[in-house]
Amino acid sequence: MTGAGIIERLAARLALGDGAFEADAEAADPWIRLPGERLLEAAKFLKSDPELDFDTLHCLSGVDWPKADPPAIEVVYHLFSLTRKHWIVLKVRVPRSGGRLPTLEGVWKAANWHERETWDLFGVRFEGHSDHRRILLPADWPGHPLLRDWEWPDTWHKIPVKPGRQMHERAETGQMSGVGPFD
Amino acid sequence: MSSPRLPGSTGFDGAPTVTLYDEDLPPDNSYAFSPDELEEDEMILNMGPQHPSTHGVLRIELKTDGEIIKDSRPHIGYLHRNFEKHAENIDYQGVIPFTDRMDYVGSMGNSLAYALTVEKLLGITVGERVACIRIITAELQRIASHLLAMGTYGMDIGAFTPFLLCFQQRERVLDLFEWLCGARLLYNYNWVGGVSHDLPDGWTDRCGRFLDEFVPVLDEVDRLLSHNKIFIRRTGDVGIIPPEMARDYALSGPNLRGSGISWDLRRDDPYLGYEDYDFDVITGTGAHGPIGSCWDRYFVRVREMYESVRIVRQALERLPAEGDVRENVPRFIRPSAGEAYCRSEAPRGELGFYIVADQKKPIPYRVKGRSPCFVAMGLFHEITRGEMIADIIAIIGSLDIVLGEIDR
Repeated sequence: MTGAGIIERLAARLALGDGAFEADAEAADPWIRLPGERLLEAAKFLKSDPELDFDTLHCLSGVDWPKADPPAIEVVYHLFSLTRKHWIVLKVRVPRSGGRLPTLEGVWKAANWHERETWDLFGVRFEGHSDHRRILLPADWPGHPLLRDWEWPDTWHKIPVKPGRQMHERAETGQMSGVGPFD
Repeated sequence: MSSPRLPGSTGFDGAPTVTLYDEDLPPDNSYAFSPDELEEDEMILNMGPQHPSTHGVLRIELKTDGEIIKDSRPHIGYLHRNFEKHAENIDYQGVIPFTDRMDYVGSMGNSLAYALTVEKLLGITVGERVACIRIITAELQRIASHLLAMGTYGMDIGAFTPFLLCFQQRERVLDLFEWLCGARLLYNYNWVGGVSHDLPDGWTDRCGRFLDEFVPVLDEVDRLLSHNKIFIRRTGDVGIIPPEMARDYALSGPNLRGSGISWDLRRDDPYLGYEDYDFDVITGTGAHGPIGSCWDRYFVRVREMYESVRIVRQALERLPAEGDVRENVPRFIRPSAGEAYCRSEAPRGELGFYIVADQKKPIPYRVKGRSPCFVAMGLFHEITRGEMIADIIAIIGSLDIVLGEIDR
């Protein structure tokens, strides 16, 4: 099924009006942006509908948009169907601090670790998650590092962790970083 | 009377060689299981992160009853570098060395997936010669990576000889790569829009010679290990991943095919012109025990090496004689499109990158790496439940994980 068809079918099923969602069927990866409270319902439908049959949650990423209006973290779900061979990208926006979403662990079990990672690096809570611990970072690591305004601590338990300034400064001034083909 | 302090003076306070005091130690909250919830005869056992069979720094927390695993939780993150944060500060080509370091025994596949994603974002297509070179290097990398998986798996189980034979052959692939681009493990070879070096004179001949000599050795290792009675007993009925579970956990690559699902990106969602190549997709057959066992996953990798040899031979034949491998390498990358997700069949499964472009800067806004090993490790607790402690080794080896990719 094409991206437009999937979006249309999902919007019809969830009875979403024109203003209730955004979508782009023409993008390289067609996506649809839903309100967070409809996410679980949408996910269950996408998995169970025989025409759509999205049997795998392929990837789950967070993207921080501090300059958007209102500032938000976008959680992006890449869904793929092994039987139908089609894609859809679900996007949900949550507030930058204290954002909460329902867990999709009950729909695709692959969500478990992906959601832990998104909690760890972005600070988005997943309600009803069975094992809501940090996954990549130590439990007492300060903050959620993939937030754009996250600041490096100088030390962590007396271990210096702040990187050298060189790479960051060169990037800020627009210089090439010296590792590509045209350094 | 208290005993006198030997090296220090009696008036000295504290112990000078202890540098971390109690209040500075991280809180001990790195356990998923609580000792208070244990039933009788159960205990919590840590395996790793220094255990040699965990293929890197992986710690597994086991809840055991004698030798039986009641439950387990992997603890990852010991190699976490967060290349995604670094990628927010460097240009597109500069991210490639970081991706090399994800799966450090399959670097060609990583940089290929990343380059394909940025090319999708920019709308670049590469020439025929570059596509052929990329396929040759990717498949040679698959051979090298599967040889490592096969050799170390045998050694985990207790067979030492296959390891030596596998590493001799892997060394020859690394020699080819070293001749090609100067590096043996971390190549920085696949650039956006091209590759860093053209094939040197005589490289294709030596590559063809390697393939000719490699196949008999692979036959021999296969005879030595795959159908060995002890090996089958250790792996044939262990770590079963049923097909439904494999789908539910979004497994990919040899782990998915080991469960009997015939899915290979090179055939089903081809890139770089893989659709023109003649090869078979290998799936697990359940020859020794239920389908989706450790042995199935292992044997998928062995058979895949033969298929890779076939693909490389075809690619060597159709390699165009002329062509600039850097022709389409952009001087300056600033995509106008918003975002792209692209994946490719890396040796360990489907490696995908999700890139959001910053339209005003030559720096990606967000790079996310979807790592197949990370996903595979997510079902570890399911397939270890009820197995023996010694089987943990067999299961980890059969998933063929690389911690650099799990932790990123």
